[in-house]
Amino acid sequence: MFKSFAITLTATLLASVAAQAGDITGAGATFPAPVYAKWAESYKAQAGTQVNYQAIGSGGGIKQIKAKTVAFGASDKPLTSDDLKAAGLVQFPTVIGGIVPVTNLPGIKPGELRLNGDVLAKIFLGQVKKWNDPAIAALNPGKALPALPITVVHRSDGSGTSYVFTSYLSLVNADWKAKVGANTDVAWPAGEGGKGNDGVAALVKQTPGALGYVEYVYSHGNHLDYISLSSASGAYLEPNEKTFATAAAKADWAHTPGFAVSLLNQPGAAWPISSATFILVYEKQDDAAQGASVLKFFDWAYKNGDAQALQLDYVPLPASVKTLVRKTWAKAVHDASGKPVYVSQ
Amino acid sequence: MTVTPASTDPAPLARKAAGATFDPIFKVLCASAATMLLVTLGGIVISLGLGGWPALSKYGLSFFLSSTWDPVADIYGGAGPIAGTLITAVLSLCFALPLAFGIAVFLVEFCPPLLRRPIGIAVELLAGVPSIVYGMWGLFVFAPLFSQYVELPLIAMAPPGSIWEQIVQGIPNGSGILSASIILAVMILPYMAATLRELFLTIPQKVRESAYGLGCTTLEVIWSVTLPYVRRSAIGAVMLGLGRALGETMAVTFIIGNSHAFPKGIFDGGSTIASTIANEFQEATSDLHTSALIALGLVLFGLTFSVLAIARALLGAPKNG
Repeated sequence: MFKSFAITLTATLLASVAAQAGDITGAGATFPAPVYAKWAESYKAQAGTQVNYQAIGSGGGIKQIKAKTVAFGASDKPLTSDDLKAAGLVQFPTVIGGIVPVTNLPGIKPGELRLNGDVLAKIFLGQVKKWNDPAIAALNPGKALPALPITVVHRSDGSGTSYVFTSYLSLVNADWKAKVGANTDVAWPAGEGGKGNDGVAALVKQTPGALGYVEYVYSHGNHLDYISLSSASGAYLEPNEKTFATAAAKADWAHTPGFAVSLLNQPGAAWPISSATFILVYEKQDDAAQGASVLKFFDWAYKNGDAQALQLDYVPLPASVKTLVRKTWAKAVHDASGKPVYVSQ
Repeated sequence: MTVTPASTDPAPLARKAAGATFDPIFKVLCASAATMLLVTLGGIVISLGLGGWPALSKYGLSFFLSSTWDPVADIYGGAGPIAGTLITAVLSLCFALPLAFGIAVFLVEFCPPLLRRPIGIAVELLAGVPSIVYGMWGLFVFAPLFSQYVELPLIAMAPPGSIWEQIVQGIPNGSGILSASIILAVMILPYMAATLRELFLTIPQKVRESAYGLGCTTLEVIWSVTLPYVRRSAIGAVMLGLGRALGETMAVTFIIGNSHAFPKGIFDGGSTIASTIANEFQEATSDLHTSALIALGLVLFGLTFSVLAIARALLGAPKNG
């Protein structure tokens, strides 16, 4: 209560400062914070508009935009079309990321261990307890698997990463869906929790036999051993920009309200645990100029930010999706008189 | 010798007039500062109570007895974090108390004057290290060493099927209940050592010298004179340490393993009230989840408040009690 009050207070103060200077303020998900910060820095240099982004978490971002203390909210967990309608919000994606199961297995090289979603869920359920379990051995014929116990490492803090990961497990394993479900924080049936991506990374690194999950940027940056995970059509894939981009390209963005399309568990060469991260703005902008500058910033990022996103291990949106988003802006985001606040040139 | 009567001097009259004007204002200012403190405290209790009420009224006693913490199904039972808080606080006290006592006795009885200042400063420095630093040190430096040299050997040594095996079960990766307790012990050590030292210094030199004069050994002096002299206040010092251990957040969050279940062994992961709140408050989207966390906060407030109240009562009591 006090924390949210404090956040509201800070956000309000910042928002009032921002309003004076013509700057814009947003708050929300921590996962895209590095790329938003990078974009904001370049945008400030080119367009002169300051974008303040506070990484307070997806839940906080949704609360703040609903309280109208920020110009835009950001969330890893998309709002449903009913929620969007009820709150009068418009939702659009910015970048794609992937979540990577990582292991610490002596003698096994990155990408060498193969798992599928069902076995992964069974491990996280605590049903498969050893690395040389027949269920794992069946997916890895001819490989010498250690007789180590599997130590499951999950996020201890509520997080969009956990939401995407548990959504995937719910999709591929009915048992997980019935017993645990998908949320930013769940009642983990097994293992230990690390705080943040770096906490999970540290625990995995320190525990022989550990299996955890982190955002791609952390597995890449920390040199953790990733696994090969099977897509819906049974192909074993490694996590990289290419397989994430395939997941983004295959999804049916055009026919999903609020772009809340699931990128999870698609057939072909699409990394099965990919997801987009989202921005929330009001349909009806009380301050049309501010609404326009928010959309202008993200339009600028769509046009100029791809290289920076890739550099930070995010995957840019496919061009077709960007076009769709721009159409949505022109159609849905308007001022009090119903005129669109921003139309991309 | 005659002293000039003060009333003949005009200056005190002017001072008195000034005092008559400003003293009441000063009094009101001080009183309102004190009142504000009480109002703040009351406000915290009331808002914690109001915020936590939905969860407390829904789950009643099972909020304290059940260890099911399931944000998906919106079922919250705080037994795991509450037990974790008490276990880590008491364990850390068990580790820190003998050490703090040793440091205090050494500084007062044995320490060469040349060493007294450096050791005193070291104790104060230890108290000044931010808790997040302890957390990161605990996770990245302490945990791997603890896992390799303590947890794995202890688990390997435990005879299968024994009670010993029950106690040391858990994941031997250096994080868990015991590791968190040890880090906590390091954190509360300086407070307790400093308070105990101050207490020992309050004993009149004469009393101790008399005991030595009677032919007591140092151990006898400490056991029969020093300790009885400060007994009640020393319990107060211990309680202050306990109060800090109960509420410590960041360092514990890093190293405790963060599992909501009731810890099965000392190497098993657990959670404390403070670590649970720190972990989940940001992303608690359902109202009941937020309420359950606030209710946990109220429990922690109650625990810490009662510990500190006892400490106050004992510290405030006569020193020779």
